[in-house]
Amino acid sequence: MSAPTALAATAGDLDRPGLMRRTFASPRAWVGAGALLAVVAWGLLGSLLLPADATAPDPSAFARPPSAEHWFGTTDIGQDLFALTTLGLRTSLAVALVAAPLATALAALVGSVAGYVGGRVGRLLVWLIDLALVLPSFYLLVLVSPLLGGASWLGAALAIAAFGWMVMARVVRGQARSLRERDFVRAAVYLGASTSQVLRRHVLPHLASLLVVDLTVGVGAAVLTEATLGWVGLGVTAPAVSLGTLLAAGSPAALTRPWLFWFPALVLVWAVLATSVLGDAVRDALDPAGDGRG
Amino acid sequence: MAGRVASAPMVRFLARRLVGYGLVGVVATLAGYVLASLTLDPAARYAGRTPPVPPDVITARLAAMGVDPQVPLVVRTWRWFVGLLAHGSFGLSTRGDPVTGEIAARAGTSLRLLLLGTVLGVLLGMAIGVWGATHRHRWPDRVSTATSLVLLAVPAFVLAVAAMAGATALNNAVGRTVLPFTGEYTPGLEGGAWVQLADRAAHLVLPTLCVALAGAAVLSLYQRAAMLDVLSADYLRTARATGLPWRAAVLRHGVRVTLAPMSTFVAYSFGLVLTGASITELAFSWHGMGEYLVLGVADRDVNAAAGTVAFTAVLVLGAGLLADVLHAALDPRART
Repeated sequence: MSAPTALAATAGDLDRPGLMRRTFASPRAWVGAGALLAVVAWGLLGSLLLPADATAPDPSAFARPPSAEHWFGTTDIGQDLFALTTLGLRTSLAVALVAAPLATALAALVGSVAGYVGGRVGRLLVWLIDLALVLPSFYLLVLVSPLLGGASWLGAALAIAAFGWMVMARVVRGQARSLRERDFVRAAVYLGASTSQVLRRHVLPHLASLLVVDLTVGVGAAVLTEATLGWVGLGVTAPAVSLGTLLAAGSPAALTRPWLFWFPALVLVWAVLATSVLGDAVRDALDPAGDGRG
Repeated sequence: MAGRVASAPMVRFLARRLVGYGLVGVVATLAGYVLASLTLDPAARYAGRTPPVPPDVITARLAAMGVDPQVPLVVRTWRWFVGLLAHGSFGLSTRGDPVTGEIAARAGTSLRLLLLGTVLGVLLGMAIGVWGATHRHRWPDRVSTATSLVLLAVPAFVLAVAAMAGATALNNAVGRTVLPFTGEYTPGLEGGAWVQLADRAAHLVLPTLCVALAGAAVLSLYQRAAMLDVLSADYLRTARATGLPWRAAVLRHGVRVTLAPMSTFVAYSFGLVLTGASITELAFSWHGMGEYLVLGVADRDVNAAAGTVAFTAVLVLGAGLLADVLHAALDPRART
């Protein structure tokens, strides 16, 4: 199942200069980056601005719809949903901001070794990647969830990274394989550069923009995975608060007290959409054909 | 055509693929069992009960399931695998029922949703992708691309809840339950086979729609990109130059060319669709394989979890093989 993914198809022109400039020439990049910056600022700074007792139950407001006092309404025990969402967003972002770079690094490492070194090692690595791809990574996450220890977000982040690098590793492998034949790589080899030197100085820098796209989109994907895992009742669990635990608590109430579900859900969709719009803009800037190839 | 498709090199190619997939499937199944054994502690189920369960009873129960931790993992895995090969048995669940029977009962539920949702999603995704590519930069393209991006950012359970909210509004507006959305059928419904069938079909509508929409979102973006490549190709201009109308040229020389890479991509994203379908099942309270995995892990049930993993591996590899057959049938270069 060695599919040419849309990413690989557009990754032919990685070495053109001025990626940043070309990316931010499109208004979509500004929209995506702005939306992402806003949601990250909300999650990481907003939680610092909250008063210490922000999530203390308000006995005068059980399960109230949004109001001037409680912007997102309150939960069944009178907790302010805006404060909870801010804290949940912080946890979800922490998971994603650890998981996504780790997954991208793993993909870069395994993929470039498999592609550049090739031979028996390469074949073994590809076989292992394909083996891991046989099972949907979400199933594997569910399977290892008893080891994650619930309240700690770091466990969830590591697990999401551990099962989230395989597809990108295949893409990186394909690119690294074609780089092996390029003159500048050959020149480095003939000048006596070691394999790790070639990988670090010549192969990986060449794939940097591809990896930037993967990292951007990976943040959104990790937020999605964490939320889905949390909704099933795994990964980060109570008493810790994440978008996943909020959505798990809110979804039985979605038809009767819709604010409990829809506010965290909209924040989640906003965060994911911001990463995919930004990732898309970077991908378009990489695309030699120029504009808007989805 | 049929004779050409089933040529000797293709049979050999597919046979080789089949052997390769079989091998990967066996290793994945064994890895699933080992992983489940390492992460799930079956004895934890009996801890902390009042009155406490005697240690002998625990050991006997665990031995009956083949998950006694005193037996080395290699031996347990081997016994489980032999049982699977010899009797097609995944062993006993923690509730004492054979896992194979439970999977057989649940598989139909999951497959019904998965097959309908996937087929509908593929058709919808391809149609939208082609439509968008041929109307590039006009409103159909902008609307469909934006919708796909938004759908991709929406988790399956949020889509399911949105569908349920929509159905509730519809049902309230009409004044009776037009679109039921809890479970696979209405319990205790009176009526003949047709009434039962119609009831099941009505329950299928929303979950199928959710799976299909999520699948179509991924596939339409890919189909659009593939179509845009093809639309600027020389052979399409040649086809037009021979006097072929635009629509016929796009369908016969454009869409057909994208089918081969598309079939591979569908197989590739099948794991994603599978995950989405499992989540959708859970959201609509269906008793399918997704629920079985989650319950199995919650119950610390090694055999149930490993059985689900094996079932999933067969599905994913089956999709891969199907894609290979389609790819080989559509693209002669792939038959080597």
